[in-house]
Amino acid sequence: MNNSTEYILYLKDVQKRYNDKIVLDDIDLAVSKGEFCTVVGPSGCGKSTLLRLILGQEQPSSGKILMTGKPIQLPSPDRGIVYQKYSLFPNLTILKNIMLGKELSLPFIGRRRAKKKIRNEAMHYLGDVGLTEHAEKYPYQLSGGMQQRVAIAQALIMKPKILMMDEPFGALDPGTRENMQLMILKLWEENRMTIFFVTHDLEEAVFLGTRILILSQFYLHESSDKSEVQNGARIVADYPLESFAPSSTKVKETAEFGKLIQKIRYEGFDPEYFQHAARFNLEHSDSFQTLKGE
Amino acid sequence: MKKKGAWFLGIHADPPRLLRYILAILPFLLIVIIYIITSDIRHKENPYDKLVPSISNIGKALQKTAFSKDKRTGDILLVKDTCASLKRLFTGISLAAASGFILGVNMGMMPGIRGLVLPFIVFISNIPALAILPILFILCGVGETGKIMLIFLGTFPLIARDVYLAAKQIPTETIVKALTLGASQKGVIYRVVMPILIPKLIETIRLSLGAGWLFLIASEAIASQSGLGYRIFLVRRYLSMDIIITYVVWITLIAFIADFILKKWVAIRYPWYHEKKEV
Repeated sequence: MNNSTEYILYLKDVQKRYNDKIVLDDIDLAVSKGEFCTVVGPSGCGKSTLLRLILGQEQPSSGKILMTGKPIQLPSPDRGIVYQKYSLFPNLTILKNIMLGKELSLPFIGRRRAKKKIRNEAMHYLGDVGLTEHAEKYPYQLSGGMQQRVAIAQALIMKPKILMMDEPFGALDPGTRENMQLMILKLWEENRMTIFFVTHDLEEAVFLGTRILILSQFYLHESSDKSEVQNGARIVADYPLESFAPSSTKVKETAEFGKLIQKIRYEGFDPEYFQHAARFNLEHSDSFQTLKGE
Repeated sequence: MKKKGAWFLGIHADPPRLLRYILAILPFLLIVIIYIITSDIRHKENPYDKLVPSISNIGKALQKTAFSKDKRTGDILLVKDTCASLKRLFTGISLAAASGFILGVNMGMMPGIRGLVLPFIVFISNIPALAILPILFILCGVGETGKIMLIFLGTFPLIARDVYLAAKQIPTETIVKALTLGASQKGVIYRVVMPILIPKLIETIRLSLGAGWLFLIASEAIASQSGLGYRIFLVRRYLSMDIIITYVVWITLIAFIADFILKKWVAIRYPWYHEKKEV
């Protein structure tokens, strides 16, 4: 096992309880720089909870969450976030939305010159997501897909160490969604980003990710033989994905692609199928597991 | 052929543009006509009737108060009264809006402040402001301070609570997003949340203006040397319905225009505010 400081993100024995209800249990996870991690799981399994823990919006009940070796405190600029909605500030124009992050940290002296620089930088990112001509519009004047592009640019300008995305394309129509998928792959390659991408769309997860994490409450606890669905969700599978050329979504039609999705559905989403905790498919080189009683 | 009745009655009615204007004017016209007829009938019985003055008498009252100088003081009464009243109303409402906004936003964002301030504000918002007017007059005197305090106390709790509710409605996502963009806690409150809530504040002020007028006129009626409310209650002693009616119409007009300006201000300056689309 590598040293935990080498990872962008390192979670060990993380558990999250709300009162008596365990939502996440025994989460062990290490993410290296440059990884495109996609997270899938049945609805209500705690994907968003995991995301909130990593953001620092909520604290784990036990266990530790480190970012490049340091414990995570409150939300901060080294973790960017793009939500499905509410990512943009409705009262600011598109350009101002993107500039905001940089402006917030400006000192009082020399504002004017700095602002000009920020403006140029924001226009550059706006160009990257193909929305230069919409700079002076308000978010409500843009379509859902365009709004998400702005949200991505808004997060990118802060150059976060990891970009968290919570079902960012969930509300978009299929055509727009595919365009957005290609765009995020392109941006990921160009900017050498690390992305943590939560989605409920298996196809999207397989198409985008270099690594898939399946979070599920359907598994057999190592200390019992019964299926205990009351358990908190765990990472039941964690393996590398073949990366697809980001130029086409044709690959989604291949048989191989379909088979992989079937497999994922079986591993994580089938309430009749319980894997034993000791036999999870954790093939990814970064993955590790500390079983209870060890 | 068009369906009969669809231009006015029924939930699918679609009145043509001209008809909409006519419909809007109709109630006003009706009132004026009823007034003129009543006044006419009463003047036929008694040419010196004061209770329902004729339109020409009201015109004279307007001429006397708005376009000629008072014999005793040399002021134009309507202008003097309007200035005095608006100054009080503006000061009171501004103070209430500023403090209500700051307190409301902070209550919405910070649980500690909420715990400290909200129960108190909820409690004092139940005090009928007019009931403590005597206290205010005793404490602050019958000058400007007492009147301004009454307007302030009467409108401030409502503004604070309204802004607080709106601040609480701001999605957690927006706040977390601001933090990930490097905003400090103060930055979240003052640079992210406050600008979002300003149009909401203006809407709240619009609603509070009605109460503001009420408190203004009440306090002027009781103890004052000038003001619209003062004048109305002064001339009441001489049954000067002509002046009272002139003043009431004038006050209504000011209130209506103020409301209209604020409404337009929100629409022009904050075009995003009424767009319910979630972004």
